[in-house]
Amino acid sequence: MQVTMTVNGASFTSDVESRTLLVQHLRDNLNLTGTHVGCDTSSCGACTIVVNGEAVKSCTLLAVQCNGAEITTIEGLASNNALHPIQEGFREKHGLQCGFCTPGMIMASWQLLERNPNPSDGEIRHALEGNFCRCTGYDNIVKAVQWAAQNS
Amino acid sequence: MIPAAFEYYRASSVDEALALMQQHGEDAKVLAGGHSLVPAMKLRLATPEKLIDIGGISGLQGIQDRGDHIAIGALTTHWQLESSDLVQQKASALSQAAGAIGDVQVRNRGTIGGALAHADPAADYPGAILALNATLVIRGSGGERTVAASGFFTGLWETAVQDGELLTEIRIPTDAANANSCYLKFPQPASRYPYVGCAVAMTTSGGTCSDVRVGFSGVGESAFRDSGVENAMRGQAVSEASAKFAGDQATNGRSVLSDWSVSEEYRRAMAKVFAKRALLQVGR
Repeated sequence: MQVTMTVNGASFTSDVESRTLLVQHLRDNLNLTGTHVGCDTSSCGACTIVVNGEAVKSCTLLAVQCNGAEITTIEGLASNNALHPIQEGFREKHGLQCGFCTPGMIMASWQLLERNPNPSDGEIRHALEGNFCRCTGYDNIVKAVQWAAQNS
Repeated sequence: MIPAAFEYYRASSVDEALALMQQHGEDAKVLAGGHSLVPAMKLRLATPEKLIDIGGISGLQGIQDRGDHIAIGALTTHWQLESSDLVQQKASALSQAAGAIGDVQVRNRGTIGGALAHADPAADYPGAILALNATLVIRGSGGERTVAASGFFTGLWETAVQDGELLTEIRIPTDAANANSCYLKFPQPASRYPYVGCAVAMTTSGGTCSDVRVGFSGVGESAFRDSGVENAMRGQAVSEASAKFAGDQATNGRSVLSDWSVSEEYRRAMAKVFAKRALLQVGR
């Protein structure tokens, strides 16, 4: 099936099998490998991207469901060689160790700050319930999001 | 994990969806937000030969105030229900149930119609839909019919929606009880599915419960209204003691689910505790 989607500002038209998952399409067809596959069961959030302004788990969507969609992945956040404030926050506050969950964490944090620009500690933890990190113990991730809220 | 191959059809209207369903019959499944069906297909628990995607039908989206009821399109997402001022005020149990589902990303994409039609015994909405005394609107090739929530959940993964029919709208009466309702959930910490979900809608007068509806999710093979709790609470002054007595009637005479993480005995005990807490929350 033919699908057309705008990814990080550029339009892509591709022929995909109807069973192709969106995350496969992004990684294997469009070579955008910043989006990760973790659990592959919509639990861990490593595959989080933004579709039409909403954070979603791209392992649980079919590419054909996103025909005509506007998509932002981790590769699309920085602009003009300047990191996005959330990316800066994760660097500044050491919000990552191995980095595997980080693209999903950052995209989910983007959604939170869109809806709630000044979240409390508890609101950050609640908003990131769908994203697992097995390194940091989350404290530095919360600080990273707070840093981003204060510096955007 | 990749789903088995299937043919994909995109419907742009309810009529087109119904025609596609009629054409493809039992080989086809309907795809809304895809947050129950796609995971099942990835695990090959579901292997439909054909998928009819209704996700783009604009007429099935949105929340409307129609005076005596709120009309919710079947494709309204959990996030839209969780964040709607109207639903928070007039049907708080529904917005609380929506906000208790999965996580932010799942709530952005999953739909109330998809969740209700799937009728997972561990879904959050069904207990709330029962306590709120909702009406479900179902369309088929022969036209539209309505089913009361009390007649909608017919068994494990079974609903009143027949082959060739589509759940299109959920109607929540805007009565005083629904404006004073809540949904309390005891979630499994990893999966977030409820061990117990209890919804209560209550009217009170001078501290006395004049009417009450109690619905449970996640407790039995399908969601149910618990008349034992309702009858024990109705007409009583709401207090710690009366709520405990009424809550203790929960699940009496019913079979209760047991699984690898929670025994029947524990789930039954927690149903009583959560019924009491929910009664007190709306009875104060």
